[in-house]
Amino acid sequence: MTTLTEATSEAAARETPARRRRRVDRLPYLLLLPCLAIIAVLLLWPLGQVVMMSFYKLDSVRQLRGDREWPWVGLANYAQILGDPFFRTVLRNTVLFAVANVVLTMILGTLVGLLLNRLGKKMATFVASCVMLAWATPALTGTIVWKWIFDDTSGLVTWLFNKLPDGLSTALFGRSDWTGYGWFNDPLLFFGILTLVVVWHSFPFIAVSVLAGLKSVPSELQEAARVDGAGPWRVFWSVTFPMLRPVFGILVVLSTIWDFKVFTQQFVLAGGTQDRSTFMLSIYSYAEAFSPPPKYGLGSAIAVILTLILLVVTGVYVRMVLRQEDES
Amino acid sequence: MKKIALNGAGLLVALFAAFPVYWMVATSLKPNKEIFSATPRPVPAEPTLEHYREILTGNLIPGVTFTDFFLNSALVAVATVVLSGLVALLAATAVARFRFKLRTTFLILLLVVQMIPLEALVIPLFLMIQRLGLYNTLPSLILTYLGFSLPFAVWMLRGFVAAVPKELEEAAAIDGASRAQTFRKVLFPLVAPGLVATSIFSFITAWNELIFALTFVNDQNKYTLPVAMTFFFGRDDTAWGSVMAASTLFTLPVIVFFLLVQRRMVSGLVAGAVKG
Repeated sequence: MTTLTEATSEAAARETPARRRRRVDRLPYLLLLPCLAIIAVLLLWPLGQVVMMSFYKLDSVRQLRGDREWPWVGLANYAQILGDPFFRTVLRNTVLFAVANVVLTMILGTLVGLLLNRLGKKMATFVASCVMLAWATPALTGTIVWKWIFDDTSGLVTWLFNKLPDGLSTALFGRSDWTGYGWFNDPLLFFGILTLVVVWHSFPFIAVSVLAGLKSVPSELQEAARVDGAGPWRVFWSVTFPMLRPVFGILVVLSTIWDFKVFTQQFVLAGGTQDRSTFMLSIYSYAEAFSPPPKYGLGSAIAVILTLILLVVTGVYVRMVLRQEDES
Repeated sequence: MKKIALNGAGLLVALFAAFPVYWMVATSLKPNKEIFSATPRPVPAEPTLEHYREILTGNLIPGVTFTDFFLNSALVAVATVVLSGLVALLAATAVARFRFKLRTTFLILLLVVQMIPLEALVIPLFLMIQRLGLYNTLPSLILTYLGFSLPFAVWMLRGFVAAVPKELEEAAAIDGASRAQTFRKVLFPLVAPGLVATSIFSFITAWNELIFALTFVNDQNKYTLPVAMTFFFGRDDTAWGSVMAASTLFTLPVIVFFLLVQRRMVSGLVAGAVKG
């Protein structure tokens, strides 16, 4: 009985590798086929299309439907954009916004991650759950709530500023009555509030990732450093940070990519695409293409520029991930 | 002393993170006279469901009810989830279970396409949707979201597939099960929880999306919920009570789903982002 089973399984084992090798050739490709087709049609093809469209003058939907000619204009769309001082303002806004948001998100996220690691079990669970709420909230409704908090008549912030002693408020800001104050009218203030909203949405991911990283490295080293008299600042930069360097690298790159193309929060906070003074690249591209009169070619050119910038950042990211894949 | 400071900091973080969500729910339960009073109350003094009644029975936009938008959104999200889950499972199995020539190339492709700024694809996809005659239909959105959610779904699922010990499938194969049987009876049940987690991620992607829904659909009765909400609250004299009630109803499914699979999702995300 035993010998019989062994014999059969031996036969099966002898047969399997050969059988599998024959199948291995085609099966994985068959399994990948639908996925590859979808990626090709819905992501790669449009990516090629946007580059192509940026070389044409496309000003009406009928051209898109194919009812009208597509006049080739070469690099004219790019020349027009790059020659426009407004584009430089938009580019500057985009870069400054991304840098500020990445730095703030990373600092806050890392601090919260370190904090979660140090808190007692119950407290850590409670704080982490609250942090999860911010992460889970959709960009749309999160932004709507912040807009309500900054409402110019019944918003919480307006009420808070009205509560300031009149003398202090006047000395600091030159006004004591804040009712009706348009928090979103001044571009700098607008970007400040947008930063608040975006950081609120994105620090949880950083915090949780940093926490996961901390849990995966032995804590003895940090404790040893602490016993040797190193302060928290020293422990972080000399022990924790070097160990988690790859994690931080990837988090910075991911945040950079996300913060470069913020759209929903900006769209909702600005109440559409009318307020040109607060444009950043993604919303600029969208507004050129879709707010009347439509300029699809010009919008495409801006989209291409945004993509090129992100491509550079992505290159860095892919190299990092692949290096880690090799290590593990 | 140090412990108090740490806990204090923890409470501050919790407050900052959770307050907007709390404020949304609290506002939605307040009668108008509390919402628009000069002194905001931290807790509704006379909680009321009038705003919920208002949005659920009245018309959000003339002729269309909140439920209509909710169903549009749900239809789009569910269709996206089913399609992307199915396709992702096949691809994830290929990547996690086979060594083949283009495997690394495919993985790099997955990473790279996830980095394509989707905002840059609005214009060419608009062109494609126009050409396909799908403009102003919900399938235009299903198609779009399928493309967006797929790369991450494969990336996340391959971890779950790889985590199933290969020996189980080999044992089934030795016992005479065909490839298809092994997949259906051994691999699938074990990967199912991962598939749920991945599906929820795709669901949230589709449920939350605003720009494409705003651009590809023109008829008000086909709006998804996010588009309807931007119109609804873009008016002057925002009815904050109703807006917050609608926001709460929109946010609730997302938070519930998110918290349900929280731990799994975090490990999936972090494994995807951190370990690769």
